[in-house]
Amino acid sequence: MKRLMEYIRPCLWRMAGGFSIKFMGSLLDLMIPWMLSKIIDDVIPTGEVRMILLWGGLMTLCAGAVFAFNVIPNRMASSVARDITEKLREDLFVKTSSLSCAQVDRLTVPSLISRITSDTYNVHRMLNMMQRLGVRAPILLLGGLIVTMAMEPRLGAVLLALMPLMGLTIWIISKKGIPMYTKTQQKVDRMVQTVRENIVGVRIIKALSKGDFERKRFDTVNRELSDQETTAGVTMAATNPLMNLFLNCGLVLVILLGAYLVNNGTTKIGQIIAFQSYFTIILTAVISLSRMFVILSKGSASADRIAEVLDLPQDLIPSLEGEKREQAASEDEYVAFDHVSFSYLGQKDNLSDISFTLKKGETLGIIGSTGSGKSTIVNLLMRLYDADRGQIRIQGVDVKNIPDEKLHRMFGVVFQSDVLFADTIRENIDFGRRLTMEEIDDAAKNAQAQEFILTREEKYEDALSIRGSNLSGGQRQRLLIARALAGQPDILVLDDSSSALDYKTDASMRQAIRESLSDTTSIIIAQRVSSIMQADHILVLENGREIGCGTHEELLKNCPVYQEIAATQLGGRDASGLADTVNEEEAKV
Amino acid sequence: MNRNMFSGRDKTAGLQKGVAQKTRMKTPEILKRLWKYLYRSGGMLIAALLMTFASNILSLTGPSLAGNAVNAIKGKGNVDFPTVFRMCRLMLIFYLLSSAFEWLLSTILIKLSQKCVFQMRKDVFDHLETLPVRFFDHHQTGDIISHISYDIDTVNTSLSSDLVQVCSSIITVVGSLVMMLRINPPLVLVFAVTVPISVLFTKHLSKKVRPLFSARSAKMGELNGYTEETISGHKTIKSYHQEETMNGRFRKKNTDSCDAYYQADYASAGMGPSVNFINNLSLALISVFGAMLYLYGGRFALTLGALSSFVLYSRKFSGPINEIANVISELQSALAAAERVFILLDEPSEEADAPGAKEIRVSEGRVDMDHIRFGYLPEKEIIHDLTLRANGGSLTAIVGPTGAGKTTLTNLLMRFYDPQGGTISVDGQEIRSVTRKSLRLSYAMVLQETWLFTGTIRENIAYGNPNATFEQVEKAAKAAHIHEFIMSLPDGYDTVLTEEGINVSQGQRQLLTIARAMLLDAQMLILDEATSNVDTRTEMQIQSAMRELMDGKTCFVIAHRLSTIQNADNILVVRDGDIVEQGTHDQLLARNGFYAKLFYSQFS
Repeated sequence: MKRLMEYIRPCLWRMAGGFSIKFMGSLLDLMIPWMLSKIIDDVIPTGEVRMILLWGGLMTLCAGAVFAFNVIPNRMASSVARDITEKLREDLFVKTSSLSCAQVDRLTVPSLISRITSDTYNVHRMLNMMQRLGVRAPILLLGGLIVTMAMEPRLGAVLLALMPLMGLTIWIISKKGIPMYTKTQQKVDRMVQTVRENIVGVRIIKALSKGDFERKRFDTVNRELSDQETTAGVTMAATNPLMNLFLNCGLVLVILLGAYLVNNGTTKIGQIIAFQSYFTIILTAVISLSRMFVILSKGSASADRIAEVLDLPQDLIPSLEGEKREQAASEDEYVAFDHVSFSYLGQKDNLSDISFTLKKGETLGIIGSTGSGKSTIVNLLMRLYDADRGQIRIQGVDVKNIPDEKLHRMFGVVFQSDVLFADTIRENIDFGRRLTMEEIDDAAKNAQAQEFILTREEKYEDALSIRGSNLSGGQRQRLLIARALAGQPDILVLDDSSSALDYKTDASMRQAIRESLSDTTSIIIAQRVSSIMQADHILVLENGREIGCGTHEELLKNCPVYQEIAATQLGGRDASGLADTVNEEEAKV
Repeated sequence: MNRNMFSGRDKTAGLQKGVAQKTRMKTPEILKRLWKYLYRSGGMLIAALLMTFASNILSLTGPSLAGNAVNAIKGKGNVDFPTVFRMCRLMLIFYLLSSAFEWLLSTILIKLSQKCVFQMRKDVFDHLETLPVRFFDHHQTGDIISHISYDIDTVNTSLSSDLVQVCSSIITVVGSLVMMLRINPPLVLVFAVTVPISVLFTKHLSKKVRPLFSARSAKMGELNGYTEETISGHKTIKSYHQEETMNGRFRKKNTDSCDAYYQADYASAGMGPSVNFINNLSLALISVFGAMLYLYGGRFALTLGALSSFVLYSRKFSGPINEIANVISELQSALAAAERVFILLDEPSEEADAPGAKEIRVSEGRVDMDHIRFGYLPEKEIIHDLTLRANGGSLTAIVGPTGAGKTTLTNLLMRFYDPQGGTISVDGQEIRSVTRKSLRLSYAMVLQETWLFTGTIRENIAYGNPNATFEQVEKAAKAAHIHEFIMSLPDGYDTVLTEEGINVSQGQRQLLTIARAMLLDAQMLILDEATSNVDTRTEMQIQSAMRELMDGKTCFVIAHRLSTIQNADNILVVRDGDIVEQGTHDQLLARNGFYAKLFYSQFS
């Protein structure tokens, strides 16, 4: 809530303006019954038709003013709520996109999505309702109390004595309610997660006919959410009847006390009767106040969830030391890993003691078994995570000292299972970098994507469907590679991103990259030896450790694992042998 | 903001548009369908109505008891204390009861609306499970989620709070109307003018407001869609340092959505106060006409006292009408949201199985494709005339350049999509003549895109075969060479996987899905780039297990690594949707055609 107040503060003046108008409206609204009784009690008995019409006209006028003074502040309230929500949601989104990968891993994607959507929506609703209900009820309550106190302080004191009791009740209930709504939102996260998984995995689920199983899984999540919402709702629902009960008991007390006072002759019976009608006003006010508290509890649970994200510390801030060259850096190194170790969960090292050095324009190939830490090297180099030990340098500068923006702009990268957006092909390659059409076209050509793009109906303006599902796996990969090449990056990172390409396309692409991006330093992770055998350095990984480093030829000599990989992939390529088989086949046919 | 950046957006808008925006439903239809949800918990509904009635009567009795008590207080030294005490006691009891009823009522209503909402979410989800794959290829995940979260939530809010208000308001309105008619019928005529005005006005305004609320729901869905897409691509966006670009686009969508929210609020803000105004107007009219009746009423003349109570009742009468008007404006957002939900529910499911469809009976597992023609869009055919036969237990490999339509074959075999022409049959049974479920279950499938759900590793491996024993799960994991890795995790097989689980690499995910396929008992097997993210050494290591998995099964293998398919019985070379070559590895090399070119290119 504290955090939300910062957003509300700039709008306080506007809110105050709306409140004042609403205040006048409420006063005028109270005038109408008074006018009515005036007409009945004083005007009609005189029998003057002109006066009757005059008062009738006045009442109509008053009603018109009430109308205006209610509509205007309501609209003002809406616009204030809109502005606050807009700012809040925007800041939340901006903050979310600035979170580090580790922070996103921790909060989880579904939770972040529901915070940006469902929680900001709850806050919006709360801001709206609070402003609409927030004036009339307190005014009526305060006004009612003041009038009753003025009328008969002793009876008024009874009501006043009830106030702390009611306040306490509301306080206790919302104290219980807020955590419940927080829990509800957590269940919403779970639901969003389940639905998302089902949409993404629709093919598998259908293939395995697991619809029923998924239905049951959703039922559980759905049931939990409903139960939690019910618990929270039922708890909050106690407010209203309790308030009613307190006030009505107060009324009984007033009558009893009144009876004694009248009996003593210290008060008049008329007072008690008048008291009753003000009582109704106070009751209405309290009920609408307690309704406000329900909305407030729900909204503040959401506001707290939003604040939790907003208040996250900026992770991976570049250190203040500036971009100075490290002493350890050698003359001509461009990218260097210096005894780097890292663990995602802080338990077992995912990478241990990795070192390598690349000169500008060189290519590093990384190969190794599944789960050996290949992608982790990329994550560390791009500083998506920070290394636990050792140093990673680019141009001799520790990546921890390079500002995010500068660091990331050096790279063109394709991750494993990278994302395409439901946008045009052009925009997917451009990716907001405002590249020229020529650059985009060149990149597409080099990534061997141009050919298929040009066969599409609207060429570069052709729209991709969700997750690029109207492209084949290979087309998606080529588009992603085009994206990586388009910025003429200093460092190109391809993480197993040509696995869906056939050999020929893969080879032409590598050749194109070699020719047109000769200054670019590349890091290529691949399963195929052929994708990396021409690299200047090849790093062979196993279980997060380096078990070989060198050129293709060197490794063939001294790295048994590499030999094995190479043998399985490149074996049987004896052209003459093939020719023999061909002849045999022909003979058979 | 760069204008170009949005140039394409409009065109894509057609694809990603919220599900609901196509047709508009009529209000009675929406109400009717909403009613069905309420009707299911009819007992609770009746209980709620009874409670409303009871607590209304109690709350009306309270004041009259208070009146009696006050009447017993006559003046100084003249207070009938026994009566006062008795009345006070009664009042306490009544108020206690009325509070209890009120609490019960709101509890019932919350349960009732939660029941409806639960059912509605269930219906939406269950329906999602029946929708064809095509639907998910064309609608944004976030937008679909928005239906099940935002829209249903909006309906919920309205159901739980508005329903009771309408109920109690109606009772009060009827009661007061009866009282007013008893006092002075002609004066009631004033309402004959103002009530229709209110009704017409409300109707008019709702008509204007509804589309605004629909737009609000749709914009919300769009925003959710964008948010989901962007947050999912967080790592990529960060790596290209495009946070600002994405923020900029979000800003626009956010503004749009907030504006749509505001527009709806702005327009509906007039609803309550307008009806209030009309009510106040009728009060003014009543007092003027009442005065006239009092002065010149003749047969209908009334006393001042009667006029005063008439006014009292008319205030009681107009209060609830006011409430109803407010509720109606609230209801518009619920209706708009409900409409979106119902339209999603009306999305056609996967075409039903043919009448009389039987379970498929697979003995041999022979698959025939006969003159297949297919395009994702009917006008854009990508498979022109494909005929192939895969004998039971044979290995068919499908190779070809990317984008040649290899994965499309999977889509057709599994009936995710139906071909526009030609037939596919399994063991001589046309696949359209058997149930989809049995057809799909007769295949085991490992795709390039791994899919694991939030759950333990064991659950994920046993996903296709929940009856698998732990030993079987472990055996499959060992065969897939993932057992050791699993054991290295802190919780072993009970480790909970999360979506972007940092602790499991892409290749390991693929091994897990292979282990999953190993537990399936299916006669046919589709491997679509099943090991593309697995390194070749591991691939070699799992090969014996893969061979065992494939043993005796009809296998379709889509692969780029030609080394993996050299021993296939039949290799289909697909190019631009047509099979250009067909034969064994050796035959194809001998032909020295497209395949040979592909094959040799991997070494050059």
